[in-house]
Amino acid sequence: MTKLTLGPIAYHWSAEARSDFYARIADEAPVDDVYLGEVICSKRAPFHEAELPATIDRLERAGKRVILSTLAEVMLKRERKATDDLAGIDAPEIEINNAAGLFARGRRPHRIGPFMNAYNEATIGWMAARGATHVCLPSEMPAPAIAVAARAANDLGLGVEVQVFGRVSLAVSARCYHARAHGRTKDNCQFVCEEDPDGMPLRSRDDQPILRVNGIQTQSESYLDLLPETPQLVADRVTHLRLMPQRVDMVAVAQVFRDAVDGRLSMSEADARLAALSGDARLSNGFYHGAAGYRRIAMAAPV
Amino acid sequence: MSLAELICPAGTPAALRTAVDAGADAVYCGFQDATNARNFPGLNLTPDELAASVVYAHAHGTKVLLALNTYPPAGKLDLWRHAADTGARLGVDAFIVADMGVADYIAHAHPQVRLHLSVQAAASSPEAIRYYCESFGVKRVVLPRILTIPEIRQIRKEIPCEIETFIFGNHGLMVEGRCSLTNYLTGQSTNMDGVCSPASDVEYVRDADGSMSSQLAGFTIDRFGPDEKAGYPTICKGRYTAPHRPEGYYAFEEPVSLNLSRLLPELIDAGVHAFKIEGRQRSKSYVRGVVRAFRAAVDDIKAGRKANIADLLALTEGQKQTQGAFETKKWR
Repeated sequence: MTKLTLGPIAYHWSAEARSDFYARIADEAPVDDVYLGEVICSKRAPFHEAELPATIDRLERAGKRVILSTLAEVMLKRERKATDDLAGIDAPEIEINNAAGLFARGRRPHRIGPFMNAYNEATIGWMAARGATHVCLPSEMPAPAIAVAARAANDLGLGVEVQVFGRVSLAVSARCYHARAHGRTKDNCQFVCEEDPDGMPLRSRDDQPILRVNGIQTQSESYLDLLPETPQLVADRVTHLRLMPQRVDMVAVAQVFRDAVDGRLSMSEADARLAALSGDARLSNGFYHGAAGYRRIAMAAPV
Repeated sequence: MSLAELICPAGTPAALRTAVDAGADAVYCGFQDATNARNFPGLNLTPDELAASVVYAHAHGTKVLLALNTYPPAGKLDLWRHAADTGARLGVDAFIVADMGVADYIAHAHPQVRLHLSVQAAASSPEAIRYYCESFGVKRVVLPRILTIPEIRQIRKEIPCEIETFIFGNHGLMVEGRCSLTNYLTGQSTNMDGVCSPASDVEYVRDADGSMSSQLAGFTIDRFGPDEKAGYPTICKGRYTAPHRPEGYYAFEEPVSLNLSRLLPELIDAGVHAFKIEGRQRSKSYVRGVVRAFRAAVDDIKAGRKANIADLLALTEGQKQTQGAFETKKWR
């Protein structure tokens, strides 16, 4: 059965906000796997590390499988150490987002995160031979490539995951763009990113919303929405569908995906509910259809 | 003392010969397709052109490095494998790769050819670099443009391969190989297609008040006053507004170019083996000027003379330039 996963929170939510969020996920959300941990900025990690064991416990008691995600960018001493420490853990599972993590993990089992650039069957084969049990494909991959990659990963016994909801990571940098917007540098950022729990919107000079800044990360302004494409993803042997946490009712979002995937909800009804839940956010699926990522491509009506 | 090789751009056969004549230790180039990260119209070499170029370069003692540094989407690997086979047959001295599947293929199919790890692999720690060295026998890493000199010096001590750093040209801001900005706006992928803010999607639109908008795929990336020179709409060098910045600002970076001339002696001392000059899209005269100036400076430093840095600084005269991350971590 196709599993729903909840990706790691990309933003700098307070420890309290995280704790409340995961309590509700544990109690109410029909997701199977939950990824925890700071993937974007190593400076933020100390703020929510203390809560982590309780959150893991809470989610596991609710029957969720917990996976700890490693940093996407590893450069500084503290980032190298954080990656090393996580790579040494036997339980819960870990998802690796940087080659430094692959080095530290060796051949022990691990998941491959979306920042690892597993674009093709040769790379997936290489990773599988070195302990990967599961791979999350890059969000910009088009449908035909997803199908080939998923088949290859399946044949090797790997789980295959694709992001189907939430803002897409478009870029990461060594520079913090949140700090820059406030005339600061990364070292004296004073955690200004906490003021933007939904990212900092950038608009073009003709006032079109275009991108979101989240610390060192640049995200899409639009939410990726592959709900209409889920039947095809499932047919193409994608085993896990990833929802990225946004400031919307994520329990309800997960329920819509679960009901649509299980056929309890018609796609048109599910579409309408997801649009309502997403509020003002634009929805997009261009990458999947080989078009500009921000675009919303209508699915042909079933005959 | 490091070898301090000069690695020079060769976007066309003519630029390649120019770089060789001007004193390049090595040139880097790619084929005319998605297998390299500068897949721009009018650039790069056919297999026949590469064959002739390898002969010319080798006759002058210059190495040829072939960039196969994009990420093949599943189902299309044959294009990259074929490019590697062609490069090996024509006698290139190294492949510059990013994708693990491509690296693994070359390590098995062409073990006699050196592998260099492209900046597109974004290996920015000793552990990540060692992963590629131990996995694929990588002999050299091209470091991301995000490290300070003390950090480079430290990395050098912890890795078993050579280091190449960018020294001059375009100043890349995002972690390379992890950027889908262009694909988000245009539908063409930097990682899979080798395309970045493509010219085919660029438009300059004159507004009613005389200002000029430079647009990419219909998005205004920057707007210039009647007296300003309109810049190219590269997404990460545009001006945007944010809640705290209603006036519009360079959200990522100003349109500056990298010039590490002043730091050259220090970089050589830090153990950098090779210096990369960016600019496969540049003209022959640009390549000639830049390569000659850096050739003289490197030779001076290696001979214990004081390099004439003024010539190098003059290369970007009139343009804004930066030493980027290399000088200070305040850049971050």
